Amino acid sequence: MRSLLSPKITRRAFTGGLTAAVSLPALVGCGDKKSQIRVYNWDTYIGPTTLEDFTKATGTEVRYDLFADNAELFAKLREGNPGYDVIVPSNDTVERMIRADMLVALDRTKIPNFANLEPAFQDAAFDKGRKYTMPYFWGTVGIGYRKSKVPTPPTSWASIFDNPSMKGRISVLGEPAQLVGIAAKYLGYSINVRDPEQIAAAEKLLIKAKPTFLTIAGDDGQDRLLRGEVDLCMEHSGDILQVMKEDPDLGFALPKEGGLLWQDCLAIPKGAPNVAAAHDFINFILRPDVHAAIAATIRYPLPNAAAKKLMSADYLNDSAIYPPADALAKSETQTYPGEATQRLYDETLTRLRAA
Amino acid sequence: MNENWRKHRGAFASLLGPGLAMLAFAIVVPMALMLALSFSEQRGLTQVAFTGTLASYARALEPLYLGVVAQSVWISLATTIATLAIAYPVALAIALAPPKRRDLLLLLVVLPFWTNLLVRTYALIIVLSPTGLLYTPVAVVLSLVYVSLPFAVLPLYAQLERLDRRLLEASRDLGASAWTTFRRVMLPLTAPGLAAAAVLVFVPTLGSFLQSDLLGGAGTQMIGNVIERQFKSANDWPFGSALSFLLVYATAGVVALASLARAKRR
Repeated sequence: MRSLLSPKITRRAFTGGLTAAVSLPALVGCGDKKSQIRVYNWDTYIGPTTLEDFTKATGTEVRYDLFADNAELFAKLREGNPGYDVIVPSNDTVERMIRADMLVALDRTKIPNFANLEPAFQDAAFDKGRKYTMPYFWGTVGIGYRKSKVPTPPTSWASIFDNPSMKGRISVLGEPAQLVGIAAKYLGYSINVRDPEQIAAAEKLLIKAKPTFLTIAGDDGQDRLLRGEVDLCMEHSGDILQVMKEDPDLGFALPKEGGLLWQDCLAIPKGAPNVAAAHDFINFILRPDVHAAIAATIRYPLPNAAAKKLMSADYLNDSAIYPPADALAKSETQTYPGEATQRLYDETLTRLRAA
Repeated sequence: MNENWRKHRGAFASLLGPGLAMLAFAIVVPMALMLALSFSEQRGLTQVAFTGTLASYARALEPLYLGVVAQSVWISLATTIATLAIAYPVALAIALAPPKRRDLLLLLVVLPFWTNLLVRTYALIIVLSPTGLLYTPVAVVLSLVYVSLPFAVLPLYAQLERLDRRLLEASRDLGASAWTTFRRVMLPLTAPGLAAAAVLVFVPTLGSFLQSDLLGGAGTQMIGNVIERQFKSANDWPFGSALSFLLVYATAGVVALASLARAKRR
């Protein structure tokens, strides 16, 4: 043990380490001068060469970090921005961040590619007049399933919430507001359920369905579906579409009651070190060829009309990417519920897991 | 040793300084902030006001959360017992190995530390998936035992290595069986090492959340998971802090009781 803990340190090794320690900050300093931005995005949510292409086009280097969910993003920025220039929050988190004064108002003159967006995405209920955010991608939360185990494609959320024969074969999202909201949607309430009695009804439904849930977990149900651990899962459309490319036995459906509609946005958090380059990055993403190349990889629906023109018919006609109009019309976007309701959602999840 | 800190104040201060500064910076200050938070009220999205309220503690003592704490204690107890049962023979084997081999064996014990915990936990998902144990409490305990083993083997090894072998020989010479020698001589002599190992395993396990999150399934929830959610999706830092401090108080209480009991026995 002793020889393990006190290895002989040669003078050369010691001074070498010291030099490295001294020169490291100097190198970082160099990078700063060359213009750099830090982008904080979701995993598996960018094109294969998007970041390199941006550096080639502008000379600005990109440091790229990943977060797992909106909660992590919000928690990271809550006590001040640790140095990010561009972040990708979803609609309800955008609303939360605007209310908490955490976002920089965008300078529209630096984002001429705004004109490429579909008119429906040039404004948003959660960011009136698009002052703070630009749409990145949108999508739904619906049902991913294994075709050989679920012979008829699911058409209703009953496949998730009222399916006793599928004991331990279902995975649901563990984000409290999403899980409770979708359960409420199945009961005929709004996804933005606020009434404590309706929330309690959703809880009752969830507790009754619990024996069929293998996991109530993060945003990785698609992996469980792919590994064959579950046959049905509540997931984001694009996550399922990505694993469908690996396994043709998988499918995605948006239930007839409607699903959860979401939109991820590009935004600049207050305290960003390089606001100018952050605007360049957002404008670059909205360039038709760039946005289209990302869509071809991640297979989420585009908010960008000019980029859509560059997409293959196979992508545009895929009903799993662009869901049927009637189910889409019934789908709802989550809004920020306020802290008191947020607490009710969280307690519901704690009770569900403890049940 | 004649040297003591009174004679060499300067030298001791400069040696201890960095460690104390690190402790203050990374433990005392954040803990003090968390303690203040646990007596605070959430005002809006990112604002917290210190009011001295006990509301978060009152909520933490509701049966719902005590039930979660109870499940965490069960999982931690099972982990501690299993870990000690595996670590003791391993530590004994290393202590009895030829001195030249010991370094290598100890290296093997700490080898898992060379890989990131998250990677090791994901690796367990792959290993456990075909066994049918994945997403059960058993999987959580298994992974916690795996993570905790080095923390038990090392203090037990330190104790066993110092054990005077002549006492064991005397016991056998006087006619005691191997089992009696173990139970009446070896175990009492290594009890301090066992106690240290038990604390080193139990305390971090009680606060863990990664394993139950990734391997636990729908029904497994440790208090660490609830705390994590308060700092993330629920955005209720005062409540999260109160839950954390409740664990701190409970752990401190258990450790204090244990050392009191030991002091009484002497």
